[in-house]
Amino acid sequence: MTGFLLPVMTLWQREVVRFMRQRSRLGSALSTPLVFWLLLGGGFSASFRPPGASAGTGYLEYLYPGMIILVILFTAIFATISVIEDRKAGFLQGVLVAPVSRASIVLGQALGGTTLALFQGVIFLLLAPLAGVPLTLSSVLAGIVVMVLVSFALTSVGLTIAWRMESIQGFHAIMNLILMPIWFLSGAFFPAAGLPGWLAWLMRLNPLTYGMAALRGSLYLGNPAAVGALPRMLPSLFVTVAFAAGSFIVAANSAQRKMG
Amino acid sequence: MNPDPAVAVMNLCRQYGDRTALAGVTFSVGRGEIFALLGPNGGGKTTLFKILSTLLPATSGDAQIFGQSLLHNPHAVRARLGVVFQHPSLDPKLTVAENLRHHGHLYGLRGKVLRERAEAMLGRMGLADRSRDLVETLSGGLQRRVELAKGLLHKPDLLLLDEPSTGLDPGARRDFNNYLQHLREQEGVTVILTTHIMEEAERCDRVGILHQGKLVALDTPDALKARVGGDVVAIRTQDLHEFRDKLIKRFGCEPAVVDGSLRVERPRGHEFVREVVEAFPGEVQSVTFGRPTLEDVFIHQTGHRFWDEEANGEQTT
Repeated sequence: MTGFLLPVMTLWQREVVRFMRQRSRLGSALSTPLVFWLLLGGGFSASFRPPGASAGTGYLEYLYPGMIILVILFTAIFATISVIEDRKAGFLQGVLVAPVSRASIVLGQALGGTTLALFQGVIFLLLAPLAGVPLTLSSVLAGIVVMVLVSFALTSVGLTIAWRMESIQGFHAIMNLILMPIWFLSGAFFPAAGLPGWLAWLMRLNPLTYGMAALRGSLYLGNPAAVGALPRMLPSLFVTVAFAAGSFIVAANSAQRKMG
Repeated sequence: MNPDPAVAVMNLCRQYGDRTALAGVTFSVGRGEIFALLGPNGGGKTTLFKILSTLLPATSGDAQIFGQSLLHNPHAVRARLGVVFQHPSLDPKLTVAENLRHHGHLYGLRGKVLRERAEAMLGRMGLADRSRDLVETLSGGLQRRVELAKGLLHKPDLLLLDEPSTGLDPGARRDFNNYLQHLREQEGVTVILTTHIMEEAERCDRVGILHQGKLVALDTPDALKARVGGDVVAIRTQDLHEFRDKLIKRFGCEPAVVDGSLRVERPRGHEFVREVVEAFPGEVQSVTFGRPTLEDVFIHQTGHRFWDEEANGEQTT
């Protein structure tokens, strides 16, 4: 078993140590969502009232959990880019010729990415009072569990892309056509209620919708009425666990296909 | 030839779409041998390196490394390989010691054994006082040494080196080669390296010359040079082709037109030079004459100048 776990631990640790040495990465992963949140949230607050939500929920508050997911998504995108570069001319070359299974490599990378995403998500969580979201201990703990699951799932999606791409050319197209729409259509930006049928269906099919719902549900654990119409908590958690497990299996498979 | 070779490559082929990078290469490398794969860029040596290091699957064919099939059992092969890449494979944001520690973990080394071996390795490479430095703060030459320390940390039986002397000055290159000799003698390590530098290949036990995906020659450097019939004479003149016909008629030799001069391989080249100059007074602009080098072997085997391929490649891309 150490043959599997030792590489996982060491690759995980590497991601975390690298991150700690590059302070600027923390800033860039947090500043974009923060600016989006303040400008979009502030901008739409006058005209937007989430349907079904209680009258007190402004758009700044509605958008806030979505921004936590965006922070996680950005971290996953960054992990994707670094894996592609690392494989061509970097540390990963040496990892690939080492006698370790591809699944352990991908697990180490996924856990590393999850840790970074979680760390940044928790920092964003500290802004909750600013958003008007009343946090309790249980809502923070539940929120962290959901963030771990969503981080693992999105990092695995990123790794699937990274292991299948030969270069970072073309990655922007994938980011704009797949990763960002997954976020847009998760309920982060607007709720499903009252949407045209095809859009509502896309949201229903999007696995991230359930991660988003679970996060909202967690943050408002003490006040479920405030979140409005959403998929229920338990099924959402279930879908999110399946999303995380499924995307990891696909990522490990993609790495396997690269070579033995 | 060798009953129990370290590496036996059997008819390896690799296609990239329509392009054939390796067109059926077969050779074997004995235990403790230092073997060079020489060729211009695009000759197929990097593809062969990638296949042997288990990074790239062959389209067909196989290689046995210490009796294990690359095709069927890459995992067992990996445990015995030490690989040093042409592009840096160190994490520049980590210290020297951290890079080695992660590498050791990947090979199942840990704790005290790992620490001691890393220290010994760094000591031997003259890096003992740099182990806490971030890799990005080291000079290019020192980084190459860390790469080598990393490739050797887990005591591999076969060391694969891709263009190891890239970025090393000639002095460092000689040190490096001496170190390889030392490794072979002390620990019986087998070495396969790729290079496009003739002097580097000359210092290896045997040299395989790769050209257009084929192994066009394979022997010791001396035996390869002996294939070139004696001395090498290069003649420059006004009209190369007319003069070529004259030489064929008069001396019955086969001059090749290479890089704007006529190239003739002759035993007793100094006499040939005198005869040519006397036979065609005033027509010869310059003559160079020398013992064959590996570059002459390359021209002899392929009819191309060594750098032609690369120059053409650069024009088309």
